[in-house]
Amino acid sequence: MHGSGLSISAHLPALQIAIPLLSGVLCVVIRKARAAWLLATTVAWAAFAGAIVLLNRVLEHGTISYEQGGWTPPWGIELRIDLFNALVLIIVTGICAVVITASHTSLPGEVPEKRHNLFYAAFLLCMTGLAGMTVTGDAFNIFVFLEISSLSSYALVSQGASRKALTSAFQYLVMGTIGGTLLLLGIGMLYMVTGTLNIVDMADQLAMVGPNRTVLVALACVTIGTSIKLAVFPLHLWLPNAYTYAPAIVSAFLAATATKVAFYVLGRFIFSVFGVELAFDQLHLNHVLMPLAIVAMFAGSIVAIYQTNLKRMLAYSSVAQIGYMLLGLSLANVPGLTGGIVHLFNHALMKSGLFLVLACVLFRVGSTHINDMRGLGRRMPWTMAAFVIGGLSMIGVPLTVGFVSKWYLVSGAMESGLWPVAILILLSSLLAVIYIWRVVEVAYFQKAPEGAPEVKEAPLGILIPTWALAIAIIVFGIFTSMSAGVAGSAARMLLGAGS
Amino acid sequence: MFDIGLLNYWIIMILMMTGLYTVIAKGNLIKKIIGLSVFQVSVIMFFVSMGKVKGGTAPIVGEGYEVFSNPVPHVLMLTAIVVAVATLAFALALVTRIKEAYDTIEEDEIRQLEADEEE
Repeated sequence: MHGSGLSISAHLPALQIAIPLLSGVLCVVIRKARAAWLLATTVAWAAFAGAIVLLNRVLEHGTISYEQGGWTPPWGIELRIDLFNALVLIIVTGICAVVITASHTSLPGEVPEKRHNLFYAAFLLCMTGLAGMTVTGDAFNIFVFLEISSLSSYALVSQGASRKALTSAFQYLVMGTIGGTLLLLGIGMLYMVTGTLNIVDMADQLAMVGPNRTVLVALACVTIGTSIKLAVFPLHLWLPNAYTYAPAIVSAFLAATATKVAFYVLGRFIFSVFGVELAFDQLHLNHVLMPLAIVAMFAGSIVAIYQTNLKRMLAYSSVAQIGYMLLGLSLANVPGLTGGIVHLFNHALMKSGLFLVLACVLFRVGSTHINDMRGLGRRMPWTMAAFVIGGLSMIGVPLTVGFVSKWYLVSGAMESGLWPVAILILLSSLLAVIYIWRVVEVAYFQKAPEGAPEVKEAPLGILIPTWALAIAIIVFGIFTSMSAGVAGSAARMLLGAGS
Repeated sequence: MFDIGLLNYWIIMILMMTGLYTVIAKGNLIKKIIGLSVFQVSVIMFFVSMGKVKGGTAPIVGEGYEVFSNPVPHVLMLTAIVVAVATLAFALALVTRIKEAYDTIEEDEIRQLEADEEE
């Protein structure tokens, strides 16, 4: 490997897509569940290692530009990795690796063993699509990988044990396809106006064209298309059902990756293609996005408070957190955008950790209803401790990653002079206290009902990945140079280059 | 006011809105899928219409031809058609399983059944 290191590692961006894709196909052929799981886990961790290498490379040498097939851009497809997508790639591959490790124990309870190889095939295809969307520098390529990841995620959601998983997957399919097709329409209009599909070239051409009606409609189509995939309020209707009825592992994976990559795509189009001046100053996109973000922050948290199924509660909480990310994007100043990007990273860790906690609970207790969580703090101490850490992070307590995101978002709001927005951010964090405290109170301060079956602590197979994420929540809350530092540099680059 | 050259785009918009309306308004799951397909087809037609160059011939190099239509949108739409077909196939498979599970493919009946079994 070291002798030919140059030739293999030079192709690392393409390998991040090719190896999961081929492994996914292999998993269809491998019939034994355990072998398929081993292959999927190895590939996922290898992809994570590759993502770390790529991030280091970008930090040292600047943006990586890789010509797919040796064809020079803008005629050929370019894989372009800068700080923004290097960070997103780490999240996608990292969460995928952690969740697949946990799936060995968690999956048999929900999906029959004979379908596991197909499940892992769909999982790897989803990761291929998400990684591809992240690394590519070509607009149409984004659409292709979006559809790859979407179709496989519909398949993953439909694997849930309840029959409602099927209708949830169907609803997700209909809304997701409308979103993808609108994005395609927007890309088509951009191609019509600029004559190119390469993102860098498109930005140059678009700056010369300026705002005309086609550009405005293209911006609208792209924004709405990605907003459906991003589950921006009020286009979030597919998310609660999809996250609730999917297998626990799938919820943990999708909650942490699918919406985050959609946010990346939105940010990439707004800042790298249209540019801040065109999108915000001339076409006033922030006047549309900021109110929606604030409504999402409150509506999501308030509806989450009333949920009795904890997976559904976390799903609505996700809608609120996506509001925070979108708020950071719409502020369009360095601390605000840093807050949006770092919240992408942090929320992925938090939500995935919390959904893995629910996977532990589901494994032992068999349900995620809040009444079945009574007294669980004593019977499953490690699991609920991980929930408390995740919950504190959702609220934004210092020393956890949640605090870092809120800090940057509030700074961004203050820098724009929008102190009412800063107050709204803090108020909605208080709402998170309510729904997290409900669970903590039931788990720690109520006794298990009489005649409840004895439950032991969750098996190490799920517990260790859960705690890996819980520890990451604290570590990245204290040592923020990797997450917030990179996000800050990415924000500066996006805002500086976008004008 | 009505430019005959824009006839394509009028048809595309009518198809797009018809497809979107069908997805939203019809309760039968198969009809929703058909509406989705019509919506996707309209976008495909948009790309192809956009690729035509005035006086351009098919994009094949030949004696005496100088102006060619743009082949790139056609190539892009090959991919988009594959995506549309895959989505259609998957949606139909889902509807088959929904029919097995619920014994109906009408959205309001399914919603009623789900509400009845809600804990």
